[in-house]
Parts: sequence; C-alpha cells; structure tokens
Amino acid sequence: MNGEDPAAAFRVEAGELLEQVEQGLLDLGHRLDDMGLVNAVFRGLHTLKGSGAMFGFDALAAFTHHCESAFDRVRKGDVRATPELVDVILSAGDHMRALVDGDAPAAEGQAILARLAAAVDAAAGGGASTPTVSTKRGWTLSFRLPPDAMANGTNPLALLDELRELGEATIVARVDDVPSLGECNPAHCLIGWDCTLIGDISKDAIEDVFLFVMDDMDITITPLTVEDAAPVAEAIVEEVIPTAEPVAANDAATRTARTQGENVRVPAERLDELMDRVGELVIAQSRLSQLAAHGHDLSLRSVSEEIERLTGEMRDTMMILRMVPVSTLFGRFRRLIHDLAIETGKAIELVTDGETTEVDKTVIERLFDPLVHIIRNSCDHGLETAEARLAAGKPASGVIRLSAHQAGGEVLITITDDGRGIDRERVRAKAEANGLIQPGQAMSDDELLGLIFHPGFSTAAQVTNLSGRGVGMDVVKRTIESLRGSIDVKSVDGRGSIITLRIPLTLAIIEGLLVRVGEGRYVIPLAAVEECLELSLEDDLRSRGRSLITLRDTLVPFVRLREMFATGTRPDPFQKIVVVATGRERVGLVVDQIVGNHQTVIKSLSAFHRGAASFSGATILGDGSVALILDVAQLVAMAQPQEEMLRAAG
Amino acid sequence: MSASILTVDDSASLRMAIRIALTGAGYAVTEASDGAEGLAKATATRFDLIVTDLNMPNMDGLSMIRALRQQPAQAGVPIIFLTTESDDAMKAQAKAAGATGWLVKPFQPEQLIRVAQKVLAR
Repeated sequence: MNGEDPAAAFRVEAGELLEQVEQGLLDLGHRLDDMGLVNAVFRGLHTLKGSGAMFGFDALAAFTHHCESAFDRVRKGDVRATPELVDVILSAGDHMRALVDGDAPAAEGQAILARLAAAVDAAAGGGASTPTVSTKRGWTLSFRLPPDAMANGTNPLALLDELRELGEATIVARVDDVPSLGECNPAHCLIGWDCTLIGDISKDAIEDVFLFVMDDMDITITPLTVEDAAPVAEAIVEEVIPTAEPVAANDAATRTARTQGENVRVPAERLDELMDRVGELVIAQSRLSQLAAHGHDLSLRSVSEEIERLTGEMRDTMMILRMVPVSTLFGRFRRLIHDLAIETGKAIELVTDGETTEVDKTVIERLFDPLVHIIRNSCDHGLETAEARLAAGKPASGVIRLSAHQAGGEVLITITDDGRGIDRERVRAKAEANGLIQPGQAMSDDELLGLIFHPGFSTAAQVTNLSGRGVGMDVVKRTIESLRGSIDVKSVDGRGSIITLRIPLTLAIIEGLLVRVGEGRYVIPLAAVEECLELSLEDDLRSRGRSLITLRDTLVPFVRLREMFATGTRPDPFQKIVVVATGRERVGLVVDQIVGNHQTVIKSLSAFHRGAASFSGATILGDGSVALILDVAQLVAMAQPQEEMLRAAG
Repeated sequence: MSASILTVDDSASLRMAIRIALTGAGYAVTEASDGAEGLAKATATRFDLIVTDLNMPNMDGLSMIRALRQQPAQAGVPIIFLTTESDDAMKAQAKAAGATGWLVKPFQPEQLIRVAQKVLAR
C-alpha cells in the first residue's frame, strides 16, 4: 500500500473480504440452514458494499447491493438459501473481484443480476413504509440522562447546545435529585432538564440530538400543539437482526479474522528486497569470516564470529517472515472442487489437514498451478461417478484430501483421492503406443506409474474439458523440480491414488555442503545429504565399470563427478563419497574434498546457462568466487539408468 | 490546540479514511490497528476522542472499551464505536461497556466529522 491511498488499501481488503464471503458460501452450500453462515455472508457483502461506496467503487457498491439485498431476505427468512442462490452469488463474487480491479464487463454483471433475480424469485415481502415526520410549531421536552452518561463520555452541555441550535430553546434544570455536596458524586449526572423548543423542527432532529443516549434515558417529547397527534416514537436505530447468533464461532469471517492475528502488512517486493540485502550480508559475512580465519587478529576473529552468529539469526528470522501458512493455498481449492463437482457431475468432498504448515511465500505461489492440475486430474480420472462408486461399495461422494506437513527442511504435500486408482494396463498400453517403452518391457511398479510424468502422456481415452488443458503431468513434474522438489505417485486399484510432493521450505537460502572436484567448488544442498564417507581403495578399483558401493547391505550407485565434469587435474589420493537422496533413491557423488558447511545464497543461473542440467543455481563464496549448486534430483536421475543396466545384466 | 483523536481499526483502508477525514477537519489523529494497541496508546496519552471498530483481532473493541473505562483517567473521554450493521445487541453491549456513541458503517466523511463534533465538548 502506498502512503495515502485508501482505495489501494481497500482493494487488498476487498480481496480478503471476497475470499471470506466465498468460504462462507461454500460452507453454506453444505449447510443451507446455518443462519450463522448466512449472517457471515451478509456481513461480508454489507461491508464490501459500504466500504466500496466510501472509497469510490460505485459500480461495485451498486452491484453488491443487489446481492446483499438478496441475502438480507435470506437472513430474514423471507427467501430460503438454495444451492442455485449460493452458486449465483459465487459467480457474483467473481464479478465483484473484476469490479474491484476495474475491468468487469457490464454485460456479465447484468447476466448475473438476471440469474440472481431468477434465483431469488420469492414471495415479495414489500418494504415497510417509513413513517413520515410532521413538523410542529414546537415541542416540550423533559429528559434525564443515565447516571453514568458523563463517565461514559457524553457531555450534557454539548447536548443542550445542540438543542439550542435547533430552534429557540428555553431550558430549565431540575436539581431536586442532586444530593448534598458531601454525598455528591461529581461524575454522576443527576440533573434533569425541561425544555421548550419553538420552531419548525422535526421530531427526528430532536431524537438525533439524543441518538446515543436515547435508549438508556428518560425522555418525553410532546408537541406544543396537542391537537396534532405526534407520530409514535419509532426506534431511531435501524432494523434488528432476527437471528443473530451470539457466538458465531463457525463464521468463516470470524475465523479468518482470528487467524489473521496481529499483523503488519508489508508489500512482498519489500520482503524480497530485504531478502536480497540479507543475502548480500551473508556473502559479505562469509568473506569477513575467511579473512578473520586467515589473519592472526584475535579481536577481529571474535567480532567476526559474533557477526556470523547474528547474520545466521537474521537469516532465520528473514526466513520466518517469508513463511505463510499453506491454508492460504488450500483455501483456494475449495472453489475449484465446487466447480469441478458441477462440471463433472460427481459428488466431491475436499478434506484438508495440516493447513498451519508454513512455507515460503514464493513456493506457495508457484505450487498453485501444479496443484490445480493434479486436483483436476484426480477429480477427472481418479474419482468415479456416484453410481460407479455405489456399485463398488464406496460412499457416493468422492474425497480429495490435501494435506501438508513439515519434515526436516522440506514440506510434504499429499493429494489423495479415493477413486479407482491408476489403471496400470492402460498406462502401459499408452506408453507402448507412444513409443515411450518397448512392448513387454519389464518395469517396476514405480517406474510404470512414473510414466504418467512423461511429456505428452495422457491416459484418458477421450480428452475431457478438465484434463485437456494443454498441460500434462510432465509440466507439473518440471515445475516441482524447478522448486528443487520431487513428485511421487502411488496407487492402489479400486482404492485411489496418492501424489506426494516434497518441496524445500525455502528457495532463497539453503544450508549447503561445499565440496571440491578438481579445482572447481560445488555446493550440495545439505537437506539432500545423507552421509559422507571415504571411497575405499578397493571399492575404487573394484568399481571400475560398475559404479556401486555397498552401504549397510544395500547397493548404492555412485557418480564420479570428476568424470562427469571432465576434470583434468590429478585426483586427490583419497576420494570422498557424499551420499545424497531424493525420495527413495540414493546416489553417491564422488568428490575430491569435502570443504564444509556453507550457508548458500542461491543466485539463479543466467538464461544462457539454464540448460546445464546438473546445476540448479550458483552461489558466491566468501572469496568472491562462484560455486555451482548441484541439482541432486537430476544427478540421481542420471545415475539411475546405470543401475538399471546393472540390474538387467544380472 | 486541536483535539486529539485515536482511531482503532484493523482495516488499514478504514483507518486511512478516518485519518484523512478527521485530519482534514483539523483534528490530530493517532492510529492503532487493534484493541490491545489502542488500549496501550490510550493509556499512555489521554485522547479527546476515541473512534474504534468492535470486531478486531487480538483484543476486540468491547474489551478495549471496558478496560479503558476501568481507568479513572479515562472517565468522560468519549468513545465512538463503528458497527458494520445496525446490530442492536452489539450496540447495547458496547453501550454497557461504556461507549458514548456509534457510527454505522458505511459512513461518509461528513457523518464522521459530525459525530466527532457532536461528542467533543466545545
């Protein structure tokens, strides 16, 4: 938000309000009788209309007014909440978003209002006519304020002044109830007043003076001319909410308000800027550490260590600042599921858990598209129709479960469906038809399922509207891998599928293991490192041609980075193996020297170098030189074919 | 010296609108984003008027009003609360907590200024 523009701030808030309204509507879709939800939605629309009008969003206010009125009637029991109504207001919400952004087609609004009118189409209640207010020649008033009025901030003198402004006023104080000085509490208002007001004054104007104290005070207002009957004093305040639940704890609105807590809103770019600064600081600090370590100045060394500690803490705090709960991501899928259920005609339920798990904001944003695609796929291919489900002895409604939890430096996101599972025969047939595999080629189950991530793969015989959006699961896989994550699929026939995404918590800074290969230095993400060991001479010799070591009774393939990087220098006498893992796959990376831990600020590679498959980025070392960051997933994938060949051979 | 007003609201846009309106009318405006911050600021400095939202995270408007009225120094300080709708139950609760008056959202800047003038002693 920049400085002084309430409209800009409103745009942000309107987005949140619409989100709340949408959540409320989606809940309401399941519990049509829940008046708490009806009220929550109404309040959201009401605030949106009101604030919209205040900040000059007139089209939004006018449009929202219709939706609000419709909901007002639901609130009053005049109209029943129906799935159609919920659906129309959901579309209306999308239109309101567009109105907030100022690019809404007017025709769309008209169409929605027409649908709304049709959906409401109810027995008209007929608005109550507002009582007309007659003017008089004058009034006599007699009033006494509540005793605590003064303590509560009402200034009687200000009220009397206001009366005097209305017309010619004669005011007399009644002091009969004022006790003797000794017993008098100066904060209590014990004086009554009688007042005659002459002039063409409406009763409303008088009541307006006492607006805030009217309910608690004794007041009589009588017209000076008795013949003209005064209208019965109506409550000045607007209508009462008929079914206001005292504790609306279930309201989406309240819930969100609570989870928001005490927050300071900062534009994301500023956080990124700060992140960059912290990154530069980390680099400068590691140079300082290196200088201090090589020098002999003890005091410099202690300062350097202090700065190292502080920088580390600052980096950690910075990381936390960038973290947002996955609920912000999961919440957006409820609408998707709602729409998918309508499009596919299947009953679909979304269950989420672990929403409080926090992930770097950038990661969250980049996860959205892949997840949309996975969920679409699960709903479209995975879940069966209600009839098929019932026939298979399952509940009619399919369940898509989204869950998140943190494991070490990674967050695991799983998307589970309880549908028919992936048809392995069809996957195989399709892959053979597309030439991805040889007919009859022996494959492990994981490999077979992994084929769905191959470019251009699609199992649906007929590309439906949902899945056929031009992107395949290969794009999903690539996106996840670009986040330095991995994707894994499991499926049980007739029971459903689970897709697991493992994503690093952050993209900006990682703990790395600095290694040397020849003269080059490389960083291996520490999260992927399982262990480091020495490559024994016999393994080294024996493994010529078959690059495998035995690690606690398991064969682990290894890659000689010297060979891979075509290093010309003499190898160090004792080669080291860094065992890295992604998912279940483990691979040893043979290096010359393990230098040590390195706090790695990731700089992305230039477009020119991006094709280099084995590297995910670069970092700047303390001495100013560049180290490339190894892309562990790629290296593991490269090592696999060798293992396959071995397995096939014997 | 111009009267000092504290505005307590979790909505930044609304705080901004209130500040702009009241500053324009010649008042000095201080902002707080929730009840706890409002209570802290009002305890530290006595304001001539407090304008607060009711539904806020951390500490809601009602609790803040009650806490303020516990303090002898706050006796007589007008407190206006904002309600999104005319909820009589809420209004009664706020009045019982010690609020002076209310303003129904949405409001135009002039309405806010009129209410401020209404409760501020001249």
